[in-house]
Amino acid sequence: MFTVFKLQITYRLLCILFISLGLSACSVAPWERGNLSKPQMALDSHPLQTGFRGHVYGSREATTGSTVGAGGGCGCY
Amino acid sequence: MKLSPSICLTVAFCLLFVEQAFSIEVGDSIPSCVLNKINKPKDVVNLDQYKGQVIYLDFWASWCGPCVKSFPYMNDLEKEFKSKGLQVIAVNLDENIDDAYGFLEKVPANFMLVQDANQQCAKDLELKAMPTSYLIDRKGVVRHIHLGFRSGEVGDMQSLLKQLLSN
Repeated sequence: MFTVFKLQITYRLLCILFISLGLSACSVAPWERGNLSKPQMALDSHPLQTGFRGHVYGSREATTGSTVGAGGGCGCY
Repeated sequence: MKLSPSICLTVAFCLLFVEQAFSIEVGDSIPSCVLNKINKPKDVVNLDQYKGQVIYLDFWASWCGPCVKSFPYMNDLEKEFKSKGLQVIAVNLDENIDDAYGFLEKVPANFMLVQDANQQCAKDLELKAMPTSYLIDRKGVVRHIHLGFRSGEVGDMQSLLKQLLSN
């Protein structure tokens, strides 16, 4: 009785595993990417500006070592 | 022999990926694609009717950046090799055909433009990138496949094209 129950659980888990893995097999074909390539679909709508801000932030915060933790720097600009 | 459910599931799962293995490669015959002319959608074009000619088959879409760069090249091909037996066919794969019309207003195209409305040809060929161009010889066999477009990469293709045209 116990082994049958255990087998059922294993079977169900396998089902879930295969179905969830199968979801990734549904791919978008290269010719279907017209809508995905629109600018409003980009994760970052202003990549140049983000890069520039990152650079400014990085150079000004460099003295503190990282974005977290107490800083030991001068705090100067 | 009794098959356990998990084995059946494993086989079914593996079958999901089998379809991806059958794409058209160099040396394969081109499937007979049925396409429609872009400015006269009722005019049907079948790739079979160009057997005996060398075909440069290009798949493009309005949203595809490198496709813009490939158009002047295809204009040159048409101008230089049409009289020698080359047929340039550019297949549009836009989901909305108006996007293609907008693109063609900005980019001049002096070669045959067709659309693959239900994308069957793209599915049959299993396109891997946009744009993709196929060079097909007079017997209907794929001789060269080029993924993407960079103007510096056309040299090998062009020498093969000249060789195919002289056959």
